[in-house]
Amino acid sequence: MELWLDLKERKRGMNSREISLKLNGCEVTATVEPRIHLADFLRHTLGATGTHLGCEHGVCGACTVNVDGDAVRSCLMFAIQVDGKNVTTIEGIANSDKTLHPIQEAFRKHHGLQCGFCTPGMVITLEAFLKNHPNPTEFEIRKAISGNICRCTGYQPIVAAAMEAATNLKNQGQ
Amino acid sequence: MGVKYIGAEVQRMEDLRLLKGSGRYVDDITRDRMLHVAFLRSEHAHANIKNIDTENAKNLDGVHGVLTYRDIASSFDLKRMSQLFPAPVIEQNITQYPVANEEVCYVGEIVAVVVAENRAVAEDAVEIINVEYDVMPAIIDCRLALEPNAPKAHNKSKNNLVGVIQTSFGEIDEAFKTADHIFRRSFLQHRGGCHAMECRGVVAEHDASENTLTLWSSTQCPYLVRRSLADYLGENEESIRVIAPDVGGGFGPKAGFYPEEIIVPLLARSFGRPIKWIEDRHEHFVATTTQRDQKWDVEVACNADGLIKGIRGEVTHENGAYVPYGFLLPFTSLTPLPGPYAVPAVDVSLKVVFTNTTPNSPVRGAGRPYAIYAVERLIETISKNLNIDAAEVRRRNFVKEEQMPYATGALLRDGSPVKYDSGNYHSCLEKALALAHHASFKDRQSSARNDSRFIGIGISSYVEDTGLGPYEGTTVRVQPNGKVLVRSGSASQGQGHHTFIAQIVAETLAVSLEDIVFESGDTGKFPHGVGTIGSRIAVNVGPSAYEAANAVKDKAIKLASETLEAAEQDLELSSGNVQVKGVEDLSVSLGDLARTLSPKAGGKVPSGFTPSLEATSYTGSNGSPFASGTNVAEVEVDILTGNVKLINYSVAHDCGTIINPKIVDGQIIGGVVHGIGNALFERMIYSEGGQPLTNTYADYLLPLATEMPNIEIVHEESASPLNVLGIKGAGEGGTIPATAAVVAAVENALEEFNVEIDYYPINPQHLTELIDG
Amino acid sequence: MKSCNFSYYDPNTVSEVVSLISRHENAKLLAGGQSLVPMLNFRILSPEHIVDLNKVSDLFGIKENGNHLSIGSMTRQSELLNSPLIIQSSPLISKALGYVGHDQTRNRGTIGGSLCHLDPAAELCVVASAYNAELTVTGKKGDRVIAMSDWPVDFLTPALDHDEILTNIRITPWQGSHGFCFIEFARREGDFAIVAVAVLIEITDHVISKASIALGGVSAGPVRLHDVETLLKGQSPGQELFKEAGLLAKKVDAMSDVNYSTNYRKRLSGALTERALHGAMARFKGEEEGHE
Repeated sequence: MELWLDLKERKRGMNSREISLKLNGCEVTATVEPRIHLADFLRHTLGATGTHLGCEHGVCGACTVNVDGDAVRSCLMFAIQVDGKNVTTIEGIANSDKTLHPIQEAFRKHHGLQCGFCTPGMVITLEAFLKNHPNPTEFEIRKAISGNICRCTGYQPIVAAAMEAATNLKNQGQ
Repeated sequence: MGVKYIGAEVQRMEDLRLLKGSGRYVDDITRDRMLHVAFLRSEHAHANIKNIDTENAKNLDGVHGVLTYRDIASSFDLKRMSQLFPAPVIEQNITQYPVANEEVCYVGEIVAVVVAENRAVAEDAVEIINVEYDVMPAIIDCRLALEPNAPKAHNKSKNNLVGVIQTSFGEIDEAFKTADHIFRRSFLQHRGGCHAMECRGVVAEHDASENTLTLWSSTQCPYLVRRSLADYLGENEESIRVIAPDVGGGFGPKAGFYPEEIIVPLLARSFGRPIKWIEDRHEHFVATTTQRDQKWDVEVACNADGLIKGIRGEVTHENGAYVPYGFLLPFTSLTPLPGPYAVPAVDVSLKVVFTNTTPNSPVRGAGRPYAIYAVERLIETISKNLNIDAAEVRRRNFVKEEQMPYATGALLRDGSPVKYDSGNYHSCLEKALALAHHASFKDRQSSARNDSRFIGIGISSYVEDTGLGPYEGTTVRVQPNGKVLVRSGSASQGQGHHTFIAQIVAETLAVSLEDIVFESGDTGKFPHGVGTIGSRIAVNVGPSAYEAANAVKDKAIKLASETLEAAEQDLELSSGNVQVKGVEDLSVSLGDLARTLSPKAGGKVPSGFTPSLEATSYTGSNGSPFASGTNVAEVEVDILTGNVKLINYSVAHDCGTIINPKIVDGQIIGGVVHGIGNALFERMIYSEGGQPLTNTYADYLLPLATEMPNIEIVHEESASPLNVLGIKGAGEGGTIPATAAVVAAVENALEEFNVEIDYYPINPQHLTELIDG
Repeated sequence: MKSCNFSYYDPNTVSEVVSLISRHENAKLLAGGQSLVPMLNFRILSPEHIVDLNKVSDLFGIKENGNHLSIGSMTRQSELLNSPLIIQSSPLISKALGYVGHDQTRNRGTIGGSLCHLDPAAELCVVASAYNAELTVTGKKGDRVIAMSDWPVDFLTPALDHDEILTNIRITPWQGSHGFCFIEFARREGDFAIVAVAVLIEITDHVISKASIALGGVSAGPVRLHDVETLLKGQSPGQELFKEAGLLAKKVDAMSDVNYSTNYRKRLSGALTERALHGAMARFKGEEEGHE
């Protein structure tokens, strides 16, 4: 029976739920209030603070995470909605703790970051984009990151990093 | 020998952590038993508070406290905040209460504070606080602030004039009397806000047994926060520790001292629990200081050949509701005059006025972009009216390299003359023009015109006083394991301090960059610091790091000379060792020397030496080095929609000796994009009643990747004679000239419509109206 | 910027949804959440109940049904953008979606969410108008079908009762040889348009036999330019005709707001309509669109 049938008479907002998800490959179970958005859940319930909140209204892209293969804004999803899903954040984008993902490597080489606040969202966005667009043009990359605001770099080093990452990913056959 | 690091394009030491999501920003910090704060902020631009009913909010589950001015003032002397930068010219020095007392003067001023289990509950409580206001008339438009019947921003002030400042030198009347031509321009300038991707935030913890406070704040100036808080609380400075953890961008507005930096530690003390407040984006639009409007009426006197004899004018500067940051922003709006040009007479006065809007403080470039814009508008005006190529007008008026050091005639606030230390403005111009293919532009323009496309080119040249004093310090200490600890006061917000300071120290001590352990931005770890503002860190920390490292080097060589029984002049540093020149076998490691200088119990420090292989230096720059450069923008205007598209952007930039070219380029590109944002996108609109109308990122337009051009850069390196490394600041030189270049390019594209742009950011609708005449 | 508390329901069927929203007056349907959740975070909306549609499998997917397409209201914008079926049968939709937000928002945002939020400049509303889409809404009393022209009632207000849900969007792709174009003017990539225009023109024997032109951003809902369509019909396409069409489009009744005036919106309507007609012709001839 659906949970809501049991809860329909309960006090507003009291229907916290236990959810299970895979965060960066690891099974996680937690109890969440429905109003907690995914970004707050990741950051403050699970302690995965690599995902950042820049605007909380879906424009800046700092909170971008990957849910079941898609880059999404984690400030615009509720944690309760990722029950049973696969979530990848910046902490899980590389193969291991010791290595960097080719996109991270390229960011490092090209100074694709300054303060680093928008960086996790940029990397997650580009990872999803380059999977589907292995041969991007520079403008396609600019479009791909147009939902991610960076106040520091002026974007140019990020674009350069993404172009190089695309080549390296292709060469690695990833 | 060691590696040559100064001038090398090394990867940033900061990046590994940040790329892996292991950065630690203020909202990443949690403490046991921590409570959370949300603020009720004024919804009115100007009102008297009649009554605040907090009963319902207090009774909400999870709420630990709801406090108004009266609640806090009952047990603590809650006075107005003190002036950070007092100056006699501030006639009405009105600062705000951390929590509003009887009157609110802008939308966003704090009215009540909620402490709760979590932020969401705190916001639930904020929603049910009931405030009765008596709404007062508000003044919003700075151009109307001094009209006789203008509403007053403060009930008790005599009028809206905060103060008047002036820059004046030379025979201005004579210049205008004898000139062949006088041209006049009036325009409004609008600069936007901070919009660092990380908003502000404070975590405070009080240790009752030691009566110490620890603050983590997303600040550019932890030492300023420490001093201001100590003064406000009447506490010892050393009993307060302020830590700037990773900070997600600063751009000026995080350099101040804010009400939240008083309230949060006060609450931590009174609740006996750690307290966190994280500014959300909605708050940022109203609670973080910004820049906004300046109205310029300015005229230039020149000869028939375009040579400028004098510049005079009047400026009205909107300061918002209070004066949190002295007159730093107004002052920097006048000191750059007359830019890179040798102008014999200048007389410009600036009136600072109150409005019922968020208080103002510097944003990247501070007042300089306004001043450079004004001068560059006049250059363009001369060019158009006298039909002399815009580059040529600049060439004729530039200060020449052989005139360096050049005293403009203006005086700094301390009475000392403004002196350009070095630079080659002509060379920067020619380099930028070459990069922009300026010579062939006319051909490009006419062939575009044949396709009904309107393209234009715009030039902007600037100078920038960088490296504001007095100092920043650095300690360099070799640890027994050979790793070199480098500590400095300066907090970083992404400028790569760790990297470039490590480059200087590693090169001097011939160790690898990985051997440098860098710590900064923590008042508990380094005694004194000033702050990361005004393109001053490389200029101030650079020389101190260099001096400290050299002192360590000298000490190491002196000690090694005894250990190795070799003359000092025969020794060199190489790969973490001191060795006899060219003989690797005859060496002693820096780590072992450090051990020798920090013996265990019963040991002995060699005679003639002080303990510890370390040195501290506060050596800075002997005055402000002037950075300079020229930007060239090429744009296309769609005359039907009024859209402006950037096609090319070229920068010739001179910040003296470059320590890390990639870091400098990053500063330039980011700065230019900020300036393009000012020119085309970022506009904070208020309603007549003072309601902010563009307080989301759907309405307030920050530059995105898709609209920004590729920016090409060429460097000129005129070493500054004012400091040992020849460094000039680079943090704002991208932003300062950018707006003027873009606006000039748009006017050039629309030459045949004789469009004169009187306001920025350029709004496409306004542009179509100008095109239509 | 934390949402108010609410009760959360994630039913699996349309009938469960209808039952929930009939019982709870102050309930909001959560589709992709790309407009709703910001309003919750800002506390512009404080519903007591959130009914999440993301598990109602019947609402997802694109089906070909004879000569029309049946699109479930929860179909993601990214799916529509990349759907071979859409690209082949009604490519105007995927063209328009290129202007809708960004990858991250299209991955969650849905066609139904966009139509129900009914932003005055929403691209999908403009396209739905150009195609004369038919919207099926389901309530306690069953289904009813609403023509796109009757859908907007007021600003951000569709002809949907609080106890009804938009379940399906029916599009009839143009069969004959035709051109299409979608363009808009926005300040930045992904922004809501100031003005957007969708054009479909069918050409039979070198003459425009059918035309559909819809504008967004000028009024509460999309506006069909019937007078321009009438002007075009029976004429042979060309520069002069399109210019005249642009001038006529410029006469549209346009709104103003804090940023842009009525006159400016009229100007854009004229300019963009003319450009879109050229773009549609270029597409018809198999060339790339002249302007994007």
